[in-house]
Amino acid sequence: MIWQLDFLLLLFVVICALAAINLKDLLSAVIILGAFSFFMCLLWTEMGAIDVAFTEASVATAVSTLLFVGAICKTTRRSKD
Amino acid sequence: MLTRVYDNLIVQTVCRVMIPFIQIYALYVIAHGHYSPGGGFQGGVILTAALALIFLAYGQEPAARRMNRRQASMLCAAGVAIYAGIGLYCLLAGGNFLDYSMLAPLLHVSVPRARSLGILGVEVGVGLAVMTAMYSIILDIAGNHEDESDSDPESCSTPKPGSIS
Repeated sequence: MIWQLDFLLLLFVVICALAAINLKDLLSAVIILGAFSFFMCLLWTEMGAIDVAFTEASVATAVSTLLFVGAICKTTRRSKD
Repeated sequence: MLTRVYDNLIVQTVCRVMIPFIQIYALYVIAHGHYSPGGGFQGGVILTAALALIFLAYGQEPAARRMNRRQASMLCAAGVAIYAGIGLYCLLAGGNFLDYSMLAPLLHVSVPRARSLGILGVEVGVGLAVMTAMYSIILDIAGNHEDESDSDPESCSTPKPGSIS
């Protein structure tokens, strides 16, 4: 484990999470949530949990992003709150 | 809806080149699930990603020509049946549920080899079920239903002013 790399990835994870919460544009929030999942995947890999990283990369980055985009297309793109 | 048909040559060509490699990789992940990271669930999700790529790049009709809702449901049931069938066979042969050593007399192999092959069969069933279940979820959420005719091609890019949040 390289703590500098861990720290950098964790910093990106926190930045992506805060950005995804605070954005008003839900499509941008979904894309940033995909970036969050990707950094989580790198973090799992760095910590040695290859299987979890595999699941995170395939489910969270690909399929759930697509489902979120489909849900946004069924409703609205802008958040009201 | 995600049902607008895109005539983007670059996207379609990249998808046509990428999809066979994605599917081969998914089959590799399923087949090596008991040696290395990966397995039925992850491989099934990657196969779903290949189908969803067809859906996104070419529209719903070409994707439904390759696999429609009915085929997806039947293959999902077949995947569950493979999993439950292997487990129930082991149960009926005198062992516990999914006790793969009971497959050894059936396959004419040694007990460790039977355990390996049993895990492989279960992975195939899980991969089939996960692929088709996720694909039907994607069709239900993103697809255009037959009884609906309100396909607004611009609803993804411009929010409707009077729509309910």
